[in-house]
Amino acid sequence: MTLKQTPSQTVGPYFAYGLTAGQYGYNFSQIAGSELTDEDTEGERIRIEGRVLDGEGAPISDAMIEIWQADADGRFAHPDDPRRPNARFTGFGRCGTGTDPQNRFFFDTIKPGAPAEGEAPHFNMIVLARGMLVHAYTRIYFSDEAEANAADPVMQLVPEERRGTLIAERVETPTGVRYRIDIHMQGDAETVFFDV
Amino acid sequence: MTDQYRPRDWDSHPPYLHAGYKSTVLRSPTKPLIPMKQTLSEMTGPVYGHEYVGALDADLTKNGMVNGDPLGERIIVTGRVLDEDGRPVRNTLVEVWQANAAGRYIHKTDQHEAPLDPNFFGGGRCVTDDEGRYTFRTIKPGAYPWPNHYNAWRPNHIHFSLLGPSIATRLVTQMYFPGDPLLDLDPIYQGTPESARERLISQFDIGVTEPNFALGYNFDIVLRGRKETPMEA
Repeated sequence: MTLKQTPSQTVGPYFAYGLTAGQYGYNFSQIAGSELTDEDTEGERIRIEGRVLDGEGAPISDAMIEIWQADADGRFAHPDDPRRPNARFTGFGRCGTGTDPQNRFFFDTIKPGAPAEGEAPHFNMIVLARGMLVHAYTRIYFSDEAEANAADPVMQLVPEERRGTLIAERVETPTGVRYRIDIHMQGDAETVFFDV
Repeated sequence: MTDQYRPRDWDSHPPYLHAGYKSTVLRSPTKPLIPMKQTLSEMTGPVYGHEYVGALDADLTKNGMVNGDPLGERIIVTGRVLDEDGRPVRNTLVEVWQANAAGRYIHKTDQHEAPLDPNFFGGGRCVTDDEGRYTFRTIKPGAYPWPNHYNAWRPNHIHFSLLGPSIATRLVTQMYFPGDPLLDLDPIYQGTPESARERLISQFDIGVTEPNFALGYNFDIVLRGRKETPMEA
């Protein structure tokens, strides 16, 4: 039997109380948010932050970003990864851009390890927003992993002049390590999106 | 190594740019997507099961009650989550959100001049059973105006979000109702390739209807399946 895929539709502007209810102050629990760690999570604490910019460079206030990542040893909390990940670290985060004054997304998490030999550490990122009939997949790599990034097999699929759109810039701040990256939907700096 | 998931079927999904839906114009990627072979990163994904679902989360006729029942036509929405090979997608989280019977979201930025219902929240979630089935009790959402073009109205719809077994199977979609005259006028629905549009429409089912309580609708959802393992030579 072969069935056809159900078509995608936009998440719309009002996803918040269904998907990110706690973040927006609605009285409903949420399955994932901006904080991925607890006191037991092993690994280097980092914050990743950025904006989603439209074709005119304006920050999008009704986008939702999801991240999916390995733990500090490169293991995924999923039955198809036979290695055992950190207890309670799900590796999944969700953040809407509508509650930050600058319409940023941010995640407090740990820097992931390389999932396999030859791969560079990275996040998978899913971009959803009003005006997007289909979500978009991208990856976020780290500016302090230049050597691993250059050897990464997925990065090598990307034309060299566009690889920079996938690299988050490491910034040391008094409150900790931050990685900054903006998602550009269009334009000269258009983020690389993958057909996953 | 686990089999990869089949690619997204671009004959089924809308394009990023569909000018009739004006918000896509500045938000659609303009460069071609870069095809990639899925690695473990894409073949795995978040696992959320029953422990994340509260007792009333799947009953939207009750989960927002303050001082009475919500207004509007009560409905039951049920269906199976299947993969392309017709296999049930079990123990997977289904999240929904919707407008109330008057066509108003409780969202803080929804300024539509229709009444809020103090007893209707409009958000819910449940987990599929061994047959891949989910079931929600809710209120039929109303149509509402939006600023896309002159006299633009969204058809009645419920938003659905599914993660499925991996991030490759991630899907956000909308369920519409049969016979809705607004479907032919709605650029979001019309953005879908014509041959795939009917898959977004639920079916009225008297067998799902609960006597003296609510009408019933069926809405099956199909996620990407896995590729067959190629035979070694």
